Amino acid sequence: MSAVTAFLPDFRNTPQIDHVGVEERAARFTKRSIKAETKVNGLKLALNMIDLTTLEGKDTDGKVKQLCYKAMHLHDAYPGLPTVAAICVYPSMVAVAKKALEGSGIKVASVATAFPSGQSSRDVKIRDTKFAVQQGADEIDMVISRGKFLQGEYNFVYDEIVAVKEACGTARLKVILETGELVTYDNVRRASEIAMYAGADFIKTSTGKIQPAATMPVTLVMLEAIRDFYYKTGKKIAMKPAGGISKAKAALHYLVMVQETLGNDWLNNKWFRFGASSLANDVLMQLEKERTGVYQAANYFSID
Amino acid sequence: MAQSAKNTSPALNFKTSYAPAPESVSAASIKEQYQLFINGKFEKPLSKKYFATINPATEQKIATVAEAGIADVDKAVKAARNAFNGVWGKMPAKERAKYIFRMARMIQERAREFAIIESLDGGKPIRESRDIDVPLAANHFFYYAGWADKLNYASPNRNPLPLGVAGQIIPWNFPLLMAAWKIAPALACGNTVVLKPAETTPLTALKLAELIQDCDLPAGVVNIITGAGATGAALVNHPDIDKIAFTGSTEVGKIIQRATAATHKKLTLELGGKAANIIFEDAPIDQAVEGIINGIYFNQGHVCCAGSRLFVQESVYKEVLQKLKDRIATLIVGNPLDKNTDIGAINSKQQLQTIQKYIAIGKKEGAEMFESSCDLPGKGYFCRPTLFTNVAQSSRIAQEEIFGPVLAIQTFRTDDEVIEKANNTPYGLSAGVWTNKGSRIFNITTRLRAGVVWANTYNKFDPVSPFGGYKESGFGREGGLHGLSAYLK
Repeated sequence: MSAVTAFLPDFRNTPQIDHVGVEERAARFTKRSIKAETKVNGLKLALNMIDLTTLEGKDTDGKVKQLCYKAMHLHDAYPGLPTVAAICVYPSMVAVAKKALEGSGIKVASVATAFPSGQSSRDVKIRDTKFAVQQGADEIDMVISRGKFLQGEYNFVYDEIVAVKEACGTARLKVILETGELVTYDNVRRASEIAMYAGADFIKTSTGKIQPAATMPVTLVMLEAIRDFYYKTGKKIAMKPAGGISKAKAALHYLVMVQETLGNDWLNNKWFRFGASSLANDVLMQLEKERTGVYQAANYFSID
Repeated sequence: MAQSAKNTSPALNFKTSYAPAPESVSAASIKEQYQLFINGKFEKPLSKKYFATINPATEQKIATVAEAGIADVDKAVKAARNAFNGVWGKMPAKERAKYIFRMARMIQERAREFAIIESLDGGKPIRESRDIDVPLAANHFFYYAGWADKLNYASPNRNPLPLGVAGQIIPWNFPLLMAAWKIAPALACGNTVVLKPAETTPLTALKLAELIQDCDLPAGVVNIITGAGATGAALVNHPDIDKIAFTGSTEVGKIIQRATAATHKKLTLELGGKAANIIFEDAPIDQAVEGIINGIYFNQGHVCCAGSRLFVQESVYKEVLQKLKDRIATLIVGNPLDKNTDIGAINSKQQLQTIQKYIAIGKKEGAEMFESSCDLPGKGYFCRPTLFTNVAQSSRIAQEEIFGPVLAIQTFRTDDEVIEKANNTPYGLSAGVWTNKGSRIFNITTRLRAGVVWANTYNKFDPVSPFGGYKESGFGREGGLHGLSAYLK
């Protein structure tokens, strides 16, 4: 598939973002009171949307294999639980993960393009991407060149995404904006548009290496960009907030936000993901609480 | 895989339902019958009459409430006069402040109960009574408690003196909050009060009376008498009242102004409105859409400063309308006590009929109607969030106050055009301006003839900020430093 347009979007038509207003709107989603069966369904859905992630220099085959087992068996004491959506690793770990997850339906996502800073040549980024795809990655999480973006070199950023998208082949491309470095909501909105017009399948908030990572207002700005893009082009783009979402309650608030911004069609793991490492266990803890009526200690849930 | 049939026109599906999350009514204690609160005691009405107050979401009776007749009003005014002459007028200001601070704290302590009763009696969603009405009411008491011993600084080179007995009549849309707006500055300035809440929503004012009793405020400083129009008229016409403060309809406001003309009574009126909410093409559109929603659907549209006339610049009209409709699709209409409810019950059957009358007028005038497709509960007074497009400036739905969740949308092309249209109304309470351009905010806001103008937000209230209207929206200011002068000589 090629990019939707050959050109940068026309920023004159891009809505401005008022930060007070967007933060108020985001806060309002947290006022929804999610109870009983709505809560259980929401929690299971959240589990099924997780990209279980390990992105550390000290990652080993053994660690990745363990994580893959956890992805397939989140909590066997609770029958009928879904699996997570994907495992997210560095390119060197893709082959291991791919093998460990064989037949499970769980996707392997790999970060690429000189993650997390993106400070390398385009050539290296393309080779990084191709390597991950060759190793078997179903999804590629790339980072944009934030320095170039902040310099106003939008064409550079755009072209780079187009080139990486091409290198992905059939793998779905997630474009990480690293919103913590873009700082303003207007920048986030603009970067979202560049990514979508350049052919991103997902737009993703953060690498998890920079604070602040995903926040509700930032995610809302991106969801609204996705909605506007959908209305303009008819093409659906997926969303992935990553980093900083570790509580089940927060995950439910995100789901409410997706529902009220993009509607029900986005409420599945093809169109929405949580990039998180510690969210799963909090969700499991809440599910067990709903099932048994009592909270269980953290020790009853395997850490990975 | 090849792409399946081409997606014709993109549309989003927002249909959803949450498991019920109701606030429990048992957390509030409500008596079966309420008496008049006169001279620090609950007293049976001399009129011997009672009326029922109804839960508009279920159409069931909550309690019966005493109806104050002329003799009861007289008794209450006498109690207030005695308290003014005997205690309150002489009390050192910092002592007065202590009582007002105490009331503020006790409202906070009883916040949950107040919120539940407010939603039960008035139909507003618990999210609003809990997060807006009750906290703001407490804040008003805190704010004016702080002023009580600083009145000399509020009006330099004058010796500010209380007026005496204030008669206060409040509406049904924000029962507790309006009571706070009225009582707090009056007490801080050293006046005593006879307050009449609206007949459809007397309960939180009566709970406030219980609170006043519990906080040992000297007897007669605040008297709360319930009743309908006749009770209000008796209060307005009582010769020993020094000040009338009224919030309500323009129609009744005119009657009160006639009644108090050529008397010694000071008067402030906070009346109706038909505010213009103006969206320019350079506005932050998504936040503006949220502002439109907060402007017109907040409290079922029962807000005198509601942004009931929407003006959208033509170049962004389609986008704004699409987003507005999407947002309306996510609004939950239903049980006011459910924490997920966005729009509760219309306050009374009568008001629902008024709203329905205007919706019929809008259709007849040829405007195009859009309403949410949400389900409504089988019982109770409910109205879907509604908007009209293709509305003419001369349409009645663009000219008259509907006081319900009904928005009239017009488009405009230039700044001058929209200013002219926005000001072309007998009202002048509030307005909203949405643009990302600072210079335009200053230009437009100074040309709008409205008492309150919000820029890039809407329906924001704070005790520090004065509130009041131009033209037929009334006169006098409540809140802030300005709010003191209404209660001082």
